[in-house]
Amino acid sequence: MEVHGILLMIAKDDNTPLSPGSTWDYAPAPETMPVNLRKQYELFINGQFVAPASGKYFASINPATGKKLTRIAHGTEADINAAVKSARRAYEKVWKPMPPSERGKYLFRIARMIQEKSRELAILESMDGGKPIRESRDFDLPLVAAHFFYYAGWADKLSYAFPGRNPVPLGVAGQIIPWNFPLLMAAWKIASALACGNTVVLKPAETTSVTAMHLAEIFQEAGLPPGVVNIVTGPGETGAALAGHRGIDKIAFTGSTGVGKGIARQLAGTGKKLTLELGGKAANIVFDDAPIEQAVEGVIKGIYFNQGHVCCAGSRLLLQESIHDEVVSRLKRRIETLRVGDPLDKNTDIGAINSREQLGRITELIGSGIEEGAELHQSRCALPEGGYWCRPSFFTGVTSSHRIAREEIFGPVLSIMTFRTPAEAVERANNTCYGLSAGIWTDKGSKIFKIASQLKAGVIWANTFNQFDPTSPFGGYKESGFGREGGLHGLMPYVSLE
Amino acid sequence: MSFSLRGTVPRIDQVGVEERAASFTKRSIKNESKRTGLRLAVSMMDLTTLEGADTKGKVSQLCRKALQPMAARYDCPPCAAVCVYPNLVAHAVKELEGSGIAVASVATGFPSGQYPLEIRLADVRDAVNSGASEIDMVISRGAFLEGDLQRVSDEIAAVKEACGEAHLKVIFETGELQTYDNVRLASQLAIEAGADFIKTSTGKVSPAATLPVTLVMVETVRDHFLATGKRIGVKPAGGIRTAKEALQYLVMVKETAGDAWLTADLFRFGASSLLGDVELQLAKLADGNYQSADYFAKG
Repeated sequence: MEVHGILLMIAKDDNTPLSPGSTWDYAPAPETMPVNLRKQYELFINGQFVAPASGKYFASINPATGKKLTRIAHGTEADINAAVKSARRAYEKVWKPMPPSERGKYLFRIARMIQEKSRELAILESMDGGKPIRESRDFDLPLVAAHFFYYAGWADKLSYAFPGRNPVPLGVAGQIIPWNFPLLMAAWKIASALACGNTVVLKPAETTSVTAMHLAEIFQEAGLPPGVVNIVTGPGETGAALAGHRGIDKIAFTGSTGVGKGIARQLAGTGKKLTLELGGKAANIVFDDAPIEQAVEGVIKGIYFNQGHVCCAGSRLLLQESIHDEVVSRLKRRIETLRVGDPLDKNTDIGAINSREQLGRITELIGSGIEEGAELHQSRCALPEGGYWCRPSFFTGVTSSHRIAREEIFGPVLSIMTFRTPAEAVERANNTCYGLSAGIWTDKGSKIFKIASQLKAGVIWANTFNQFDPTSPFGGYKESGFGREGGLHGLMPYVSLE
Repeated sequence: MSFSLRGTVPRIDQVGVEERAASFTKRSIKNESKRTGLRLAVSMMDLTTLEGADTKGKVSQLCRKALQPMAARYDCPPCAAVCVYPNLVAHAVKELEGSGIAVASVATGFPSGQYPLEIRLADVRDAVNSGASEIDMVISRGAFLEGDLQRVSDEIAAVKEACGEAHLKVIFETGELQTYDNVRLASQLAIEAGADFIKTSTGKVSPAATLPVTLVMVETVRDHFLATGKRIGVKPAGGIRTAKEALQYLVMVKETAGDAWLTADLFRFGASSLLGDVELQLAKLADGNYQSADYFAKG
């Protein structure tokens, strides 16, 4: 046995088949529980489900089939006006004067009800958004409930969060959320706002409004006073009407950097508070002293989780040159075992791309990668008929000047680059307009701290990726936005300290 | 052979490997897939009795059970092997003659291995002479933990030689090695020294087999195959008691090393009580309802 023998020997071998799938395969295991999917969803204003002023509805598509799932109310400025008015009244008359411990009780009740209904909510989330049921069941829903529980606990302890200061609620918060984690983003936004004593007007993403409306049903059932949370569905213009509304004290937006910049311009000089959680192009840095097998798993989780529709996805893989070939051959084998298909099948690892538009963007960027000379590797898996799908993909031979190294793809596409030294790794990792997250893989603890302190990213994971907890703040640097959600830090955007 | 493995084996991250192992428990195995998987599990089983109280009578019962685990209408395959102490090998061989079921014997001063090498080798030769076609040896955990890898490696090579034609399974007693780094190191060391199979535990120490420990071993044999083209087997033993757990192991093997490993030549379960639960589940799949354990023959 030679020194270094094991690692190097594997690197030689690229194409040895491990014969997946021939002896024993999993039978289809679809989630079959019937859910209460309505034919049409209204707006939730002042504690009531009301038809939109426009009288119009638009179709919500099931991305796994490409077919219409249900109809969603098309909210317009008139509805936003009504919602803001109701939120203002609820704030002045009910929520602000209410003892904080009572506000906490509502949040605890909501958290418990989410837990009780989590199976149905998970199924609806997967039907509407295309994410695998395994993720909506084991990741999204538990975290949704956890966020409400966590902030329920803060409701009557705010003075302990800010010792010596007097935290006062802001008033009415306008919240605009994206389509990648519909219910979870609603929870991140609503729970902290309510715990701090604010009331809310929420605008869900156009393609994923269903679970927000089921959350509204929970608010109603929990007896949350009318107007404390209002939900207005609709396209981007509805969100713009909310952001531009004069009766709003604060805007919290999660979504694309382009829209975020527009909101920042819209709010300039108005005195409204703003937090933005925008795009990302995270570097996942793997050093040659990393636990390789677990690093490969982390890379997989980092980029293919939720079809890559994750703002903090580890979409740039930075490999130390000495282990490039080995990691690439392991990734090639590993993506073949990812099961792509029906989001409602419990064995599905990768579901459907959220919308036709998003699939178009991903496809366009994959095309640019090929055109610019990078080498594309894709899983050979079969894709379902109909719906929007993308095979797990990665590019080798990517350089910092490739578009796929600079632009957020927001899909299951990884760009692999190399570095020679820790200093070069840091330089390359920071060479981006984004700064939301990063990953470091090494067995050496001291190296983790040294590298992490030099990375310009809001969240840095070491020897793991995409770990979330309500106690931990989340947010970005540079064009990834500003302000933090989660943890004690997540209270700050919703109070003014007097 | 000089031993320079330490420091060059891939590092294992405890949190990562346990998280990955847990992911295999989330697969949903239903209907035909469950039936096929459970039959496969039975065909990979080393039906085991390793008690001081073992007698020929007890071994006869076990052998009959291995030959035909369930009533014929359930179409359940026979087990892979019967595993006994050396004293009972000859009897088991007689019982299983012509059946194709292997007789495995623990040897080398099982379970502690704390005997002089000559005695341990004599133990192996005796079992082989009695007709055992598979030998389950224990490594010197003391030597391993002292850092004397050379001795561990030399002893495995010596036992391999003593085995002759018999297949060698090398037991690490992972519950005593404790860390995943140790398990990876022991796995590579044993494979280099000539193991045909690497095995987690004796069943006499807790914890015995676990999913993450077995995952580290399966990754090692896969990496060895990718490097050399040679396939080595893996045997988790001890502590696997339910059909559900057995399926989780098969999922792990399938998704880590590929379907080529889904055969009794390359994967075994060392178990005494697992078969009972698998029978229950197979009968449920066939008949639609659970039955009392009284309806199934004891091994």
